[in-house]
Amino acid sequence: MSGFGGFLLRRAVGAVITLLAISVLVYVVFYATPGNVAQITCGPRCSPEQVRQVAEQLKLDDPLYLRYWHFLVGLIAGQDYSTGTSVAHCSAPCLGLSYQSDQQVLDIILTKLPVSLSLVLGAMVLWLILGVGTGVLSAWRRGRFTERLLTGLTLAGWATPVFVIGLVLMIVVCGELQLLPFPQYVNLTDDPEQWAWNLLLPWLSLALIEAAAFARMTRASMLETLAEDHIRTFRAYGVAERTIVVRHALRGALAPVIALNANNVGSAIGGAVLTETLFGLPGIGQELVHAVNVVDLPVVVGMVLVIGFFVVLANAVADVLYAVADRRVVLT
Amino acid sequence: MSEALVATEAAGTGTEPVPAGSGARQFWRRLRTQRAALVAAGVVALLVLVAVAAPLLTAIEGQDPTTYHPSLIDSARGGVPIGSFGGMSADHWLGVEPQTGRDLFARLVYGARVSLGVALAATVIQVALGVVIGVAAALGTGWVDQLLSRLTDIFVAMPLMIMSLALLAIVPASFPRPVLVTLVIGFIAWGSISKVVRAQTLTLKGLDYVSAARLSGWGTWRIARRELLPGLAAPVITYAAILVPVNISVEAALSFLGVGVKPPTPSWGQMLTAADVWYQAAPQYLLLPAGALFVTVLALTVLGDGVRTALDPRAASRLSAGTGRRREAKAAGRDTRAGKEGTV
Amino acid sequence: MSLVQVTDLTVEFGDLKAVGGLSFTLEQGAALALVGESGSGKSTVASALLGLHNGTGARVGGSIQVAGTAVHEASDDELRRLRGAKAAMVFQDPLSSLDPYYAIGDQIAEVYRVHTRVSRRAARARAVEVLDRVGIPDAQRRSRSRPHEFSGGMRQRALIAMALACEPDLLIADEPTTALDVTVQAQILDLLHTLREETGMGLLLVTHDVGVAAESVDEVLVMRHGRVVEHGPVADVLGSPAEEYTRDLLAAVPRVDARRAARENASSDPGAQDAQDVVLEATGLRREFGRGKGAFAAVDDVSLTIRRGETLGVVGESGSGKTTLGRMLVGLLEPTTGEVRYEGHARVGVNPAVQMVFQDPVSSLNPRRSVGESIADPIRARGERDEKRIRGRVTELLERVGLEGAHYDRYPHEFSGGQRQRVGIARALAADPRVIVCDEPVSALDVTTQAQVVALLGELQRELGLALVFVAHDLAVVRQVSDRVAVMRRGRIVESGPADEVYDNPQDPYTKQLLAAVPALDPQVAARRRAARRELAAA
Repeated sequence: MSGFGGFLLRRAVGAVITLLAISVLVYVVFYATPGNVAQITCGPRCSPEQVRQVAEQLKLDDPLYLRYWHFLVGLIAGQDYSTGTSVAHCSAPCLGLSYQSDQQVLDIILTKLPVSLSLVLGAMVLWLILGVGTGVLSAWRRGRFTERLLTGLTLAGWATPVFVIGLVLMIVVCGELQLLPFPQYVNLTDDPEQWAWNLLLPWLSLALIEAAAFARMTRASMLETLAEDHIRTFRAYGVAERTIVVRHALRGALAPVIALNANNVGSAIGGAVLTETLFGLPGIGQELVHAVNVVDLPVVVGMVLVIGFFVVLANAVADVLYAVADRRVVLT
Repeated sequence: MSEALVATEAAGTGTEPVPAGSGARQFWRRLRTQRAALVAAGVVALLVLVAVAAPLLTAIEGQDPTTYHPSLIDSARGGVPIGSFGGMSADHWLGVEPQTGRDLFARLVYGARVSLGVALAATVIQVALGVVIGVAAALGTGWVDQLLSRLTDIFVAMPLMIMSLALLAIVPASFPRPVLVTLVIGFIAWGSISKVVRAQTLTLKGLDYVSAARLSGWGTWRIARRELLPGLAAPVITYAAILVPVNISVEAALSFLGVGVKPPTPSWGQMLTAADVWYQAAPQYLLLPAGALFVTVLALTVLGDGVRTALDPRAASRLSAGTGRRREAKAAGRDTRAGKEGTV
Repeated sequence: MSLVQVTDLTVEFGDLKAVGGLSFTLEQGAALALVGESGSGKSTVASALLGLHNGTGARVGGSIQVAGTAVHEASDDELRRLRGAKAAMVFQDPLSSLDPYYAIGDQIAEVYRVHTRVSRRAARARAVEVLDRVGIPDAQRRSRSRPHEFSGGMRQRALIAMALACEPDLLIADEPTTALDVTVQAQILDLLHTLREETGMGLLLVTHDVGVAAESVDEVLVMRHGRVVEHGPVADVLGSPAEEYTRDLLAAVPRVDARRAARENASSDPGAQDAQDVVLEATGLRREFGRGKGAFAAVDDVSLTIRRGETLGVVGESGSGKTTLGRMLVGLLEPTTGEVRYEGHARVGVNPAVQMVFQDPVSSLNPRRSVGESIADPIRARGERDEKRIRGRVTELLERVGLEGAHYDRYPHEFSGGQRQRVGIARALAADPRVIVCDEPVSALDVTTQAQVVALLGELQRELGLALVFVAHDLAVVRQVSDRVAVMRRGRIVESGPADEVYDNPQDPYTKQLLAAVPALDPQVAARRRAARRELAAA
């Protein structure tokens, strides 16, 4: 399968290049903007003395490309920040120091990451099952009442902003009906059951929107596949309709949908930010919003890079899955 | 929120030769036959009207969106509006905002301006960038195409919310916020429409009538203008019709988080920031902006679907195809031999 | 009991009556062809035999008996038992008709297991067996390949294998060879013939190609607009047709063994030929595609001369490079090496004096422009601005190609395929060319329309002294129009010369093979050609 191996290699190289390009773009945009970078980085409460120290640490006297180079090296091998009095070591991958909270950006991210991952991955499972199931069902039962109902629901679901759904859910389920307490994050390792219960509402709010989008995509793709010639062939040979849908139409219909799931991950991350803020979950999204509000530049940059990394990773995985599902793609 | 959806939905259009009867007249005729789209168009028109007439409407009411009315809220009870239904009265048709006492109707109506205006302007930027880069990539030489496609891929990979958040952080507050939000959304999310444009241009480029134009002696620019751009109109319009509701949702989300349009400029998303706290005291505080967002995005989406169907009825007929029906007969005359593999 | 008995079949799609009152019978083991042009309803009839219109909103009337099942009133279960087991259908486009994700062997096995209770292993063994039967080499290994890994001819064989798996009584073939090269087409038809001899299967063949029908069946039913025009034994209908439509249809079919009518001008005089201008000359043309290991030469070392007033036919199958050659002659494609000279001068890029008529009537005209504007394009490109003059010239051209001046403002979709090709010709003429390269200009047209367009090209050539390069895969059509012929294979010219010589006395084995593969209209001639093909294959 050297064709497939070559394909994997090409995609991997492409992903790395994209990541590098994103890092350059991000670095340039944030650290090359006019204004006193050191001042912004250090924060509003810094004394001029501290600002000067920060400027030294960031080596702001060096030209931009050299700073970027240091940054890149630090990302891979770690960096040492000298403050004159002490040396702070920033271990690889070094995403910088947050002066405002006096922590390494990486540590901040690592503590918040599990929360976000719990949210996004759990929701992903939900929206894939819900979305694909609904899409296939409404394509299969086209013209009947079930389909109209489902299509209407998915349309409504898609049109509602994610935070509105979250708000409504929270108010109705926690406030009025009091079925569940207001969610508070519990670590998976501490208490799996509580972890799941508390994440149920956030999962639902995030998943419903994405499921709606998915359902629409799957339905369209499924209908298109069902009209294709090879489906007609199997019908002409007496294969049962259910077998045709499951065995022959599904794979062809799902392949492009899977590929587009990568795009979905990008938008889902945006949804995750909103969901975390709404439900008060201490994840990366909430931290990012906080960092933006207090203008903590290293944290912002670090987060953007980490999230960008996950998005590129998701894209690459989706590409590979698509190729596994549809071998013809390997030739591209 | 759904760039992925946009991609599939637009991908169906425009990769085949334009079907018979595809002039502007036919488009309007087909659009008129879809009731849902017409209703949606009416709703959208109404919303646009409200947004444009905002100053007039608030003048009639006698209020404006930014004045605080501390006398109308009970600061002792944490800022709850005095009076039933959130302080509804003849002066304040929909009541007042908790904690600030600002008139809700005025804020809602001016908020329409912001939401619609930002979304439309951002869409225009995205379309402009997408078309320019997409066409350039499709018509350019090998390495130009490679470069631009790589660039497009990078922008497609960038998560809109995250990048918007980050960018909004570093720009000083003195820059007018709605304009900033517009620019940020417009300059980040042009990637997917660019891909659609490039794909469609590549298809058009290979069509025989473009070759015929070359043989007549026309130069590249003229061919691009006269032959290619009109062919792009259909998929671009279809895509743009879906971009608008997406952009509305994005702006609402950013304002909800407090980093988009900041007070005192009203925005529907912004009005929802504290809705989970205030809904008990003033339910319209949640229901009105949420309802407005919902209705707007829904109407625009249904309208977009209708536009797509009107522009390419064949894609739509496939979407409602029966179980046993074959794909529509190929070109007039009998099936072409172009289907032969490897016809060189 | 007859294998197929159709009485008063009508099929309506909404307002359109595709088939109106058709009746015929097919006995066990017999072969019938449904022949007709596009829109005649022949494919609709074939689909109706298996009840494939159910659930599509089409209204089917009349009675259809196939292999003992009353299709017109059968339940879903009965239909499923019929389909594939007693009557099997082979479709036109084998690439899109097979599931691209599964191996061919698995697909055949699946169909087999629908109708017989056997284990998976037995089903796969049966798949290999039928694949071997249809002539696919190394069937065991190839049964694990996916459809896109096969060539077009192999794929069609695989489809036939699928049809054979359950040993049906009736095989319905809907345009089984339309998408194939002529040599491959001959192989498939021979295969069908052999299979019928071996199994005694009945055959219902749907085709637009009268020659294909002559080769393979006993009876012919000519259809037009959903109705029967003529019905009878093939020798009778094709030898002495009773109806006018049939006569017209047969007259329009180009014969590969018909000599070209003598030309009036001096091109038959060898001395005059040398004196005539060489208008277009190609030397050592070569065009490569792809890079590195994947690179291949679509055209390899081709040299041609085209003289004023003559027609050069370039004939070849798919992959022969003829389309690439055409585009290089016109200047739409640059050669990798070699050059094209126009009237003695080396030429780079396009030159309005060398025009092209394209193959696909749909994509050759801008759908958003009126046909008059499309024709006016070359005139405007020259710099002409006077609207009245432009309009006058376009009207002149429209009338010259057999349309009306009033058609100026109509749009392409309002015209038929044949009419669109005429517009394409008018557009080419508007540039006042000396040479027109026609790239498969009639392959997308019905045979009667084909004849008209070919006649038009001939007239225009005589009148205007044009040089024509006629690129096509249809040997008979090429013979009809060409003075000289070049046969291409895999990018090279294997034989060239005056048309009559090449056709009547071919030297190159490939040319011989091509000519032997052309379907003949006379069943006896067809049988002889089949024998000749067998000889060549054994050689």
